[in-house]
Amino acid sequence: MRKAYFLVLILWTCLGCSNDDSGYEPTPQPLDIPKIFSDNIIPPVIPTGNKQTVEGVALGKRLFFDRILSADGTKSCASCHSPQSAFTDNSPTSVGVDGIAGTRNSMPLFNLAWNYSEHFAWDGKELSLERQAEEPVQNPVELHSNWDNVVQRLQAHPEYPELFRLAFETSTITKELTTKAIAQFERTLISANSKFDKYSLGQAMLTSQELNGLDIFLREDKGDCFHCHGNPNSPLWTDNDFHNNGLDSNFTDLGLGAVTGDPNDNGKFRSPSLRNLAYTAPYMHDGRFTTLDEVIDHYSEGLQDSSTIDPLMKQIDQGGVQLSPQEKADLKAFLLTLSDPLFLNNPDFQN
Amino acid sequence: MKTRYNNQFNKQTLLILLVLGLSFASCSSNTDSIQDFKVSTTFKFTHNWEGDPVTNSDFNDIKYTNQNGDMLSIERLRYVISNITFTDSQGEDLTFNTHYLIDVTENDGLSFNLSSLVPVGDYSNISFTFGLDNTYNAGNYPDLNAENFNVPDNLGGGYHYMQFDGKYLDENSDEQGFNYHAIRAVDDPGTNPTFPQDTFFTVNLGPISIDNVVEIEVKANLAQWFRSPNVWDLNVYNQMLMPNSSAQIMMYENGQNVFSLGFVTQ
Repeated sequence: MRKAYFLVLILWTCLGCSNDDSGYEPTPQPLDIPKIFSDNIIPPVIPTGNKQTVEGVALGKRLFFDRILSADGTKSCASCHSPQSAFTDNSPTSVGVDGIAGTRNSMPLFNLAWNYSEHFAWDGKELSLERQAEEPVQNPVELHSNWDNVVQRLQAHPEYPELFRLAFETSTITKELTTKAIAQFERTLISANSKFDKYSLGQAMLTSQELNGLDIFLREDKGDCFHCHGNPNSPLWTDNDFHNNGLDSNFTDLGLGAVTGDPNDNGKFRSPSLRNLAYTAPYMHDGRFTTLDEVIDHYSEGLQDSSTIDPLMKQIDQGGVQLSPQEKADLKAFLLTLSDPLFLNNPDFQN
Repeated sequence: MKTRYNNQFNKQTLLILLVLGLSFASCSSNTDSIQDFKVSTTFKFTHNWEGDPVTNSDFNDIKYTNQNGDMLSIERLRYVISNITFTDSQGEDLTFNTHYLIDVTENDGLSFNLSSLVPVGDYSNISFTFGLDNTYNAGNYPDLNAENFNVPDNLGGGYHYMQFDGKYLDENSDEQGFNYHAIRAVDDPGTNPTFPQDTFFTVNLGPISIDNVVEIEVKANLAQWFRSPNVWDLNVYNQMLMPNSSAQIMMYENGQNVFSLGFVTQ
């Protein structure tokens, strides 16, 4: 018995050491949750298998800006998700390494950890941020790489193996660890410092025009924007849900329907956040609207009917909610208060 | 090792206490209230249209006909209930001061356990609030905010009681959307709304005897929202009903007979 006890003790000791001979562990870096979020909405989604760490975020940031992920070394994630554009780009659809344009507008990236359902991309096909990060790397019209080649390039790099060791306690690089690091960085992209946030916190005033615009946004008999795009107590300014917002009567892009295979989902796309609209033109999943005025016109008199149009869309036979020119101007003024210039210039998010 | 010793000690102590407790408990049935025993309680919400089961797999299909003869589909249905209350034979209330969002669209929250155990016994009534009473409605609830379930301040504030969206066939057989959204009735929506009457309501499920772990089914006949006392004409009342206090009061009236007690399994 005594021998067995000793053996167990030795084994226990060895196991205790085997995690890391040096005792090194990455440094936790919990998300810095803005007050406007902690006061109003439930905590962000952080996967138990990918906790935020200083080293993981730093590695993810470097990978995000590194063209090593692309097949020919010409583009990075940031090529289509630029910090100066709230992590989108300013073209209707983005052009990949082979000069081929995709079919979807690059989505801006912020407040991603508060997408509670974890359905990412316009059509919701990516079921976690980690899985989402896999796709553009291998997509033929985006970075057009092969993940095995990417891993080989990273492994052969003079610095990456050590950066992975610091982040994940192993210098053996994998696709999974690469996307985990990118996801950690992306979760730090938090935007909650707009004029409207300051107004909500009692730190700023809105103009009468902006307040009128807020009223139109929140009135069911006016803009009725809030059912899909949030409100002052739901400050993500999106429901992260899928709607057919009346863009087309016939669909060239099925959106969610192509993912689920359910015809009832045809033409549905995820509601984007209305934060940072000042920097994220053009708009909609295909970037069809160049200006915010065109977007407002669409909801006011441009709706197209179809079998899957969301029942929240109003007065479809008249084309929409019929806002006056003044109401449109006021609504636009309010929407622009949701933009956060400090987010664009946050040094933590720059290359 | 010290922890392990403590665990061992705690286990032994717990065992002794458990045996003693059981001894007292087994004696108490003769002398004390049966309510010394407490059990886990589950509420299960099921939905039907005049008895035909309704789940989210039935959505997006114009296959229901309301009392007015309007054909309709359901595309989104979620509602909040609160303040589940057990009233015992002495008239004492045990109230769970919390809310539950029942999301039929996402098949989420249809079944839930109460956060603490309920004493066994004969209850003269089990009830809950459809929606949120006015005091409750004035609070700030991050879970409902995250679900974007709010009612804007210029529509009276607080939260939706229900979002019931779908399509109906109008007089020309064209599909039109409807938004049967129940909220606190409001007049003069805008910066200074006023409230003509309460539109949350209490659902009384009636007496239930609980003698073991129990699952209580609450049935919701969705056709009742359109039936009585107000025959609901979707051609008249379809959208923009939140600022329409008359419509809200009619929803309140029609809602009185939507919910009923189903199976009680224990």
